[in-house]
Amino acid sequence: MTAQIETLSAIPYFGGIGPADLGAIKDSFFEKAMERGGLILAEEESSDVLYFIVSGAVKLFKTSADGKEQIIDIARPGQAINDVPFFDGGPNLFGAQAMGAVVLYGVSKSDLERILQRYPQITQNANRIMARQARRLTALVEDLSFKPVIGRVAKILLEHSEDSPATRPKLTQQEMAAMAGTAREVVGRSLKSLAEEGVIRLERNRLVIRDKKALKEIVAAFS
Amino acid sequence: MADMPVVDYGKCDCCGLCVSVCRCHILVISEGRLTVIHKDKCNQCGRWCTECEDVCPTGAISCPFDVVVE
Repeated sequence: MTAQIETLSAIPYFGGIGPADLGAIKDSFFEKAMERGGLILAEEESSDVLYFIVSGAVKLFKTSADGKEQIIDIARPGQAINDVPFFDGGPNLFGAQAMGAVVLYGVSKSDLERILQRYPQITQNANRIMARQARRLTALVEDLSFKPVIGRVAKILLEHSEDSPATRPKLTQQEMAAMAGTAREVVGRSLKSLAEEGVIRLERNRLVIRDKKALKEIVAAFS
Repeated sequence: MADMPVVDYGKCDCCGLCVSVCRCHILVISEGRLTVIHKDKCNQCGRWCTECEDVCPTGAISCPFDVVVE
């Protein structure tokens, strides 16, 4: 199935391109549907197709040599998922996996290069989008490198666990992020990290502190 | 049993991303409103799951959890 003009117009890459011009390029795009868990792209592999998300959410992740997964971003409708390797010719930066049912539009490198030459506006849009992406990734590096969120998260868990069960409210990751002065995603990473170390266990609807002493040591280390 | 997930209707724009990722099929959009059905079926597999909260672009849905000491 080929792309729809209305759908293309909602993709930021094609902002400012009128319906007639979108009509002229839409046949260069093909539609691809994936079910939950479907692997769209593999990290380090080459790809000569650029994908845009039409509907659904895609997890962008890197995997370490020992199998540990680090989610870099969750891509949503309108986003391209592999533009950097597409433009610099290198291998895929991340793996990309469908988090639920996903519909994508794909365009081949040769077709998109023709489109970019014909519509310089799209190149300008791409530059702006990738600049924003670079800024977001820099902020992520800063968070992970310089801000010991894990210490703040550990402290919140300790303090929370010391409240009386009768009065203790339930927590959400968003609330923890607000308390820790960070983003929800960073809290999620911290909780996963604590679980991997065996300090906590993540179960259905609850978080179990397995090693309170270790949690106190983490708080002390980052004080 | 935790009320899970919880929707902030002031932030929800019914984009449907949470519905698309929910493994337990407890989220539906009906008559322009996100509804949580069958709350007791959330995370029936026993896993920790906050995927609806993870994908929501507006922070409208959240998954409260208890914190207990073993």
